[in-house]
Amino acid sequence: MENFNYVRPAKVADAVKAMKKAKDGKYLAGGHTLLPTLKQGLAAPTDIVDLSGLKNAGVKVGAKSVTIGAGTTHAEVAGSKDLRKAIPGLAKLAGGIGDPHVRHRGTIGGSLANNDPAADYPAAALGLGATIHTSDRKIPAEKYFTGMFSTALKGSEIVTAVEFPVPKKSGYAKFPNPASLYAMVGVFVAQLADGSVRVAVTGAGPGVFRAPELEAALAKNFSAKALDGIAVKAKGLNSDMHASAEYRAHLITVMAKRAVEAAK
Amino acid sequence: MNDTGIGARVRRKEDHRFITGKGQYTDDINLPKQTYAYFVRSPHAHATIKSINTAKAKKIPGVVGIFTGEDVAKDKLGGLICGWMIHSKDGSPMKAGPHPVLAQGKVRYVGDHVALVVAETKEIAKAAAAAVQVSYGVLPHVVDVADAMKSKAQIHEVAPDNRVFNWSIGDEAATDAAFRNAAHVTKIDLVNNRLIPNAMEPRAAIGSYDTGSENYTLYTTSQNPHVARLVISAFHGLAPEHKLRVIAPDVGGGFGSKIFIYAEEVACVWASKHIGGRPIKWTAERSESFLADAHGRDHVTHAELATDASGKIVGMKVHTKAAMGAYLSTFASCVPTYLYATLLSGQYNIPAIYAEVDAIYTNTAPVDAYRGAGRPEATYVVERIVETAARELKIDPAEFRRRNFVTSFPHQTPVIMCYDAGDYPAALDKALEIADYKNFGERKSASARKGKLRGIGFSAYIEACGIAPSAAIGSLGAGVGLWESAEVRVNPVGTVEILTGSHSHGQGHETTFAQLVSDRLGVDINNVSIVHGDTDKVQFGMGTYGSRSGAVGMTAISKALDKIEAKAKRVAAAVMEAAVDDVEFKNGSFTVKGTDKKMAFGEVALSAYVAHKFNSAEIEPGLKESAFHDPSNFVFPAGVHICEVEVDADTGVTTVANYVAVDDFGNIINPMIVEGQVHGGIVQGIGQALAEGCVYDKESGQLMTGSYMDYQMPRAADVPSFKLDFTCTPCPSNPLGMKGCGEAGAIASPAAVMNAVTDALGLRDVPMPATPQVVWKAMQPMKKAAE
Repeated sequence: MENFNYVRPAKVADAVKAMKKAKDGKYLAGGHTLLPTLKQGLAAPTDIVDLSGLKNAGVKVGAKSVTIGAGTTHAEVAGSKDLRKAIPGLAKLAGGIGDPHVRHRGTIGGSLANNDPAADYPAAALGLGATIHTSDRKIPAEKYFTGMFSTALKGSEIVTAVEFPVPKKSGYAKFPNPASLYAMVGVFVAQLADGSVRVAVTGAGPGVFRAPELEAALAKNFSAKALDGIAVKAKGLNSDMHASAEYRAHLITVMAKRAVEAAK
Repeated sequence: MNDTGIGARVRRKEDHRFITGKGQYTDDINLPKQTYAYFVRSPHAHATIKSINTAKAKKIPGVVGIFTGEDVAKDKLGGLICGWMIHSKDGSPMKAGPHPVLAQGKVRYVGDHVALVVAETKEIAKAAAAAVQVSYGVLPHVVDVADAMKSKAQIHEVAPDNRVFNWSIGDEAATDAAFRNAAHVTKIDLVNNRLIPNAMEPRAAIGSYDTGSENYTLYTTSQNPHVARLVISAFHGLAPEHKLRVIAPDVGGGFGSKIFIYAEEVACVWASKHIGGRPIKWTAERSESFLADAHGRDHVTHAELATDASGKIVGMKVHTKAAMGAYLSTFASCVPTYLYATLLSGQYNIPAIYAEVDAIYTNTAPVDAYRGAGRPEATYVVERIVETAARELKIDPAEFRRRNFVTSFPHQTPVIMCYDAGDYPAALDKALEIADYKNFGERKSASARKGKLRGIGFSAYIEACGIAPSAAIGSLGAGVGLWESAEVRVNPVGTVEILTGSHSHGQGHETTFAQLVSDRLGVDINNVSIVHGDTDKVQFGMGTYGSRSGAVGMTAISKALDKIEAKAKRVAAAVMEAAVDDVEFKNGSFTVKGTDKKMAFGEVALSAYVAHKFNSAEIEPGLKESAFHDPSNFVFPAGVHICEVEVDADTGVTTVANYVAVDDFGNIINPMIVEGQVHGGIVQGIGQALAEGCVYDKESGQLMTGSYMDYQMPRAADVPSFKLDFTCTPCPSNPLGMKGCGEAGAIASPAAVMNAVTDALGLRDVPMPATPQVVWKAMQPMKKAAE
């Protein structure tokens, strides 16, 4: 690991300022991706701006929306009683990320800023149509996720919070990679307040995406049975030694059914 | 039985130290003026080394020395050896290519050791290793054993078709005749998937040279430190044995992978002399363990089983291609031959067997013994083909096995082994009952109602362990004898030190060996200490592997205890003024027949050292004895494992729903530790069957499963609570009646699991590891047919 400058500002504006000043800076949230890459010598930033000083953790549950501070750990999200009532699918998703160590360290802001194609949170953000609050603006999930490890965030922009609409029902089902336990296919389904249905898929492709064929079927009948015989196309999906694109496509329908069955 | 004697479920004495983080592993040891090593490794599967430029790396501050194959050659440091000579069918010796401690002119697998960088810190060594410039000329490579004999990649000059040997066992003509007269022939093609050992503690070494005494010391993660000393001395030629001390302190798991003498450890102890005697420490990173620990298994096999009209087996033919990797590791050649094909008779009466084995180089990490070593591969062949034959003949698989069991002993198989004792039907009966076999149909229906496919599979395994009778293995090509030695030192206060050539790296010897002493001498186990793993302390030893520490190592201790008892009786007789023949020893006390004279063991020990009360011209003072034990036969643990799985047809996920193991290990010292060994073995076997599979990329030759992100180890949540039981036919070839238990679980379980998976799916063949994707793919033709 190379040496770097380290700062831990208390205010968002100071963090942005520190990042702008850095030659090759990186924000540090939970550090679950950044620290291993530093240790392996795959990244060697000149400056680390640690965001834990911002102290922006917390789950605020309103009548129509839930706002989660970017620094909130997965364990805090999973453990929020109010959230479990408002958006049970989201609480369940957070409770299934990694292992207890990861859940007590990793944060929602860090996960969304990193946008790992096998991360769980992007499925919930896209599946619920969340709004990403940043140091500069508010970005709808539709426009936020732009591909593998890529988001609409610019330069020194920091995710500060995520706002989720409270749906009628939501559910998440994940098929983990047998070795790493990351999502090989994760499907988030939501029936929103206006009755519309969204289905977002993570792990299966280069980035999170919606599955229109499943959404259409569920819009008519929000039940697992409605997905019988509906196949997702394998084209464009990831293919590796653990799962071919065809197997992933098959699992998307299976996991969508299980997410619908689990939806509350 | 006293409460800490033979048969008692004594808690492991060593565990408090381990679970509180107070074990002393090689990496915990730091010596004054210590330096750190990092190895430059080959990024290519096969390449010539055109040049190595270390100039830039040497300039990095903190670099102490950089060594390459040239330095090794200059010093005439011998190469790594394979210690078991196998001859091909045609009589020619195996074709062992050179294996220098640091590569000379060529690299043969990704991870091959090219240069050693020594620096003040590990970080500097690593950075300097990255700055070493190696120019490679990439050559064609081959990673699959099935393709290697036809490949244009030629890995060693001595083996133009990459074949190390073509070996055979059994009577080919008799087997052919049996097949000609058979009513039915079952054929099967099997791949025994390559595994990466994954001991919890990675390999590590500290090598140092004392410029004053000119002695070398090597601390290393070894299962057999004396063998390491012997090889480093006799074959690498580093130093004569009395100038080389090898210490294997606490070792965190081995599963065979720490038997072998590896390049890294040898390089560290060799190079120390070249940096003025400063110690050199190397601790493998986990990625290096994946790349450069000797892997296991990797067989491709075609087998045929002939049966007569009454469902009796009349013959078996087997052809196996066994990957050796890029070099022959220390015991590589005996694994797919004498540890494999000699077990192809299984628990069955098979009149004629013929097997041929091609050992083949591939551009991969060397392959050598891994928990079970050859016997899991044999059991997989026998138990998969027996199960398949039963299904083809429409005979219940339990009944088919019973019909063919060996029932009288001793039983000479057509493949060398002579089974000494066993009761195979008894284990089957017990296993069927515990598994509730008769109600399996109901459970299958219940699973079907949940949309799950349920299957049941058997594995009636036998293995040969307690290795090994020295003369017998010598006649088969072994370069060493496999006896064991022990020394018993009784201190004047009556406490006991046992010095053993066995080496514990998780097996619990500090407890079980102490239990034997407690049982024999009536001494509290807390007054017994076990000393092992240091060539300066222990007289000699062949180490721990092949489930030999009980049957061979403890027998050596037992023989030394016999001598202690005899000597102590003479001392007691002298002190109590009685005839030796009148002295009896029981429950820790010496008594004189027909009198009330009595001495406790501790009093006799003290008398032996005080030496006031006997004539020291007749009885030597002291109470210390040693023994060597060379077994007269292998031991033959056997048993029946029954596995029940549930397959989720929607996803291909297989869940082990129920697992029963009934094993015959002969007499058992500590049932709790034995159960732990069986648990661990079964989990490793389930790992092989459902999860673990080492993958090298055909195109690039790179290791694809180079970390836990891609190599799936079995986890606690992946296995059920096992149901274990035992039968007991004491082993006739050792006084303790013990067999071996360390490998049995890993030997038996892959076949049991895969027989269950194929039963659940109604398919003949499903490859290991039966990961969700593999099972899903296997099911696709069925689904299409159903539609």
